[in-house]
Amino acid sequence: MTTLQPPVAAEPRPAPPPAKGDRRSWTGWGFIGPFVAVFALVFLAPIVYSIYLSLFRDQLIGGNQFVGLDNYTRALQDDAFWSAVGRVALFLAIQVPIMLGIALLVALALDSGRLYGKSFFRITIFLPYAVPAVVATLMWGFMYGTKYGLVGDINSAFGVSLPDLLSPGWVLASIGNIVTWEFVGYNMLIFYSALRVIPTSLYEAAEIDGAGQWRIISSIKLPAIRGALVIATIFSIIGSFQLFNEPSILRPLALNSITTDYTPNFYTYSLSFNGQQHNYSATVAIIMGVITMIVAYAVQLRGMRKGA
Amino acid sequence: MSTSVTASPVKNTAPRLRTPRKKHTPGKPKRNVLLTVLMALMAVYTVVPLIWLVINATKTQSGLADSNGLWFAHDFALWDNIRTTFTYHDGIFGRWLLNTLLYVVLGAGGATLLAVLGGYALAKFQFPGKRAIFAVVIGAVAVPATALAVPTFLMFSKMGLTDTPWAVIIPSLVSPFGLYLMWVFAAEAIPTELLEAARMDGASEVRTFFQVALPLLAPGIVTVLLFTTVATWNNYFLPLIMLKDPDWYPLTLGLSAWSSQAQTIGGDVIFNLVITGSLLTILPLIAAFLFLQKYWQSGLAAGSVKE
Repeated sequence: MTTLQPPVAAEPRPAPPPAKGDRRSWTGWGFIGPFVAVFALVFLAPIVYSIYLSLFRDQLIGGNQFVGLDNYTRALQDDAFWSAVGRVALFLAIQVPIMLGIALLVALALDSGRLYGKSFFRITIFLPYAVPAVVATLMWGFMYGTKYGLVGDINSAFGVSLPDLLSPGWVLASIGNIVTWEFVGYNMLIFYSALRVIPTSLYEAAEIDGAGQWRIISSIKLPAIRGALVIATIFSIIGSFQLFNEPSILRPLALNSITTDYTPNFYTYSLSFNGQQHNYSATVAIIMGVITMIVAYAVQLRGMRKGA
Repeated sequence: MSTSVTASPVKNTAPRLRTPRKKHTPGKPKRNVLLTVLMALMAVYTVVPLIWLVINATKTQSGLADSNGLWFAHDFALWDNIRTTFTYHDGIFGRWLLNTLLYVVLGAGGATLLAVLGGYALAKFQFPGKRAIFAVVIGAVAVPATALAVPTFLMFSKMGLTDTPWAVIIPSLVSPFGLYLMWVFAAEAIPTELLEAARMDGASEVRTFFQVALPLLAPGIVTVLLFTTVATWNNYFLPLIMLKDPDWYPLTLGLSAWSSQAQTIGGDVIFNLVITGSLLTILPLIAAFLFLQKYWQSGLAAGSVKE
C-alpha cells in the first residue's frame, strides 16, 4: 500500500547564512509554506483527531462520551487484533529477509560489471513497481487458481497435484510472493543507486592490498550501503505491518482463507467501514502505529550501531 | 532517521545529469555466464506474470477456462476484449481512465510542485523553524498510513469532501519522499553563487527561482514526478475509503469492483475484461518508465545514501 521510501537522514549541508541577515530569513517560508499547510491538513490533523477519537465512545444512550483509556484496554485484550498482529509479524519475519536478500544479490550482480545485458536486467526487474497492487494481486490470484491458472495447467500437464495456494495454510505465503514480486525491483534500485556512489578510490586501494571480490563486497560495498539497507528494512517493515491491499483484493478468490480481520489494517478498515466502530477502529490503528514505530526504531538503532 | 546523507559540495556549476559511469573493479571484469543465467532466472520470475497477462487478454471468457495459461487459445479476441472493456456498462472504463488521469495530473503534479518549492527552500534558505519542519516531516513518514486513513475519512466527511475527487487529490499532494529528494537534488544542482548573482542584479526571489533554479532542477523534477505519478496511479486504499460513487473511481478501484462482481449473486462474470482492463491500466506506466529511464535513474542517484 505504501511505497517504500528512502527517508532522510541528516541535512545534506547547512545552507550558507543569508547575505543580508533578517531581510531574507522568512523568504524560505514563502517556498515551503504550501507544503507545510497541506502536510498539516493531511498528516498532523488526522493524528490529533485519531487520538481524540480513541478516548471517546459513541453510545446509544448519552451519545459521544469520554471513556478515557477504555478503548485501549479493550484492544489490548482483543484476540482478533493480536492474531492479526501475529500474522503480519510472521509475514515480515519471513518475507522481508527473502525480498531484501534477493534485491541485494541482484544489485551486487548488476554492480559487479560481470553481467551480459546489464541495463536490460535492471529495467526488467524494476518493472513490477509500475504495476498497481490491484493488478498484481489479480494476476497472481488468477495464476494461483486451479480453474484458469497456471497451477491447474501444471497439475494437468504433469499429472501432479500441487497444493491449493489459496487454501488457509498457503495463502500467507502466496501473499508474500505477490509482495516480493512487486517490491524486489524497487529495493534493488535503492541498493544499486547506493552502490554507484561508492568512491572508486576505495576499490583501487583494495586492489593494491590484493583483496578479492568477496572481500571487496564484505569490507567495502556492504558497509558503504548500510544506510540504504537499514532504510529499506525499516520501510519494508512498515509496509508489512500495513498489509491490506493484497489480502483484501485476494479475498473474493479465497473466502475461506482470508477473513476480514486478517491483518491489523484490514481489521481497522472492517471495524470502521463495515461495523461503524470508528472510535475503536482509531484506537486499534494508533496501537498498531505505535508498535510499528517501536519496531522501526529498534531496527534503526540496531542497524546504525557501528560494527554491527 | 540518522544516516548521513552527504551531498558532495558542489564545485562544478553544471548539475549532474547522469552519474559518471564508474568501473567498480579496476581492470576489466570478466563477464560471467553463470551469473547472467541466474539473473535471467530472476528476470523470468519478473516477466512471467506480465506475459501471462498479455496472452490472456487475447482470450474470451470461455477461452480462459479451456486453454493453457501460458499459451494462446483458438480464438484471438484481444480487439473484441478491448472494445468490450470500453463499452461495457455504458463505457464506464473510459470514465475511470479519465478519473485516474485527473487524479494523477492534479495529485502527482501538485505533489511535485509542492516538493520542488519546499526542497528548494530547505536547500537554499535559512528560516525560523527549519529544523522543526524537518523533524516533523521525517517523523510523520514513519506513521503508518492506516493510522491516518480512518480519521482522515471522518474529517473529510465532516467537511463534505468525501465522495468527491478532492478527497483523493488533497491527500496525494504531500510526498515527504519527494520533498527529501528535491532537497538533496537542489543542494547539489544549484550553486549558491548563481542565486547571489541573480539577486545582485536585482531579480526578485520569484524570478530567481523560475529563471535560475528551475532549469537546473529538471532531472530531479522528472524523478519526483515519476514516483508521485506511480503512487497516484496505483493508489487503491485511499480512494477505496473515500469514494462510494463508481463514477469517481480510479482504474484500480474499478478493476477490483469488476473482479468481485463474479462473487455477487447473478453477477456477470467478466474475467476477460478484468484481465484486459488490467493490461490497459499498466501499459501507460510501463511506457513512461521505459522512456524516462535516464532521468529517474540520475535523479535517484542524487538521492542516494552515502556514509
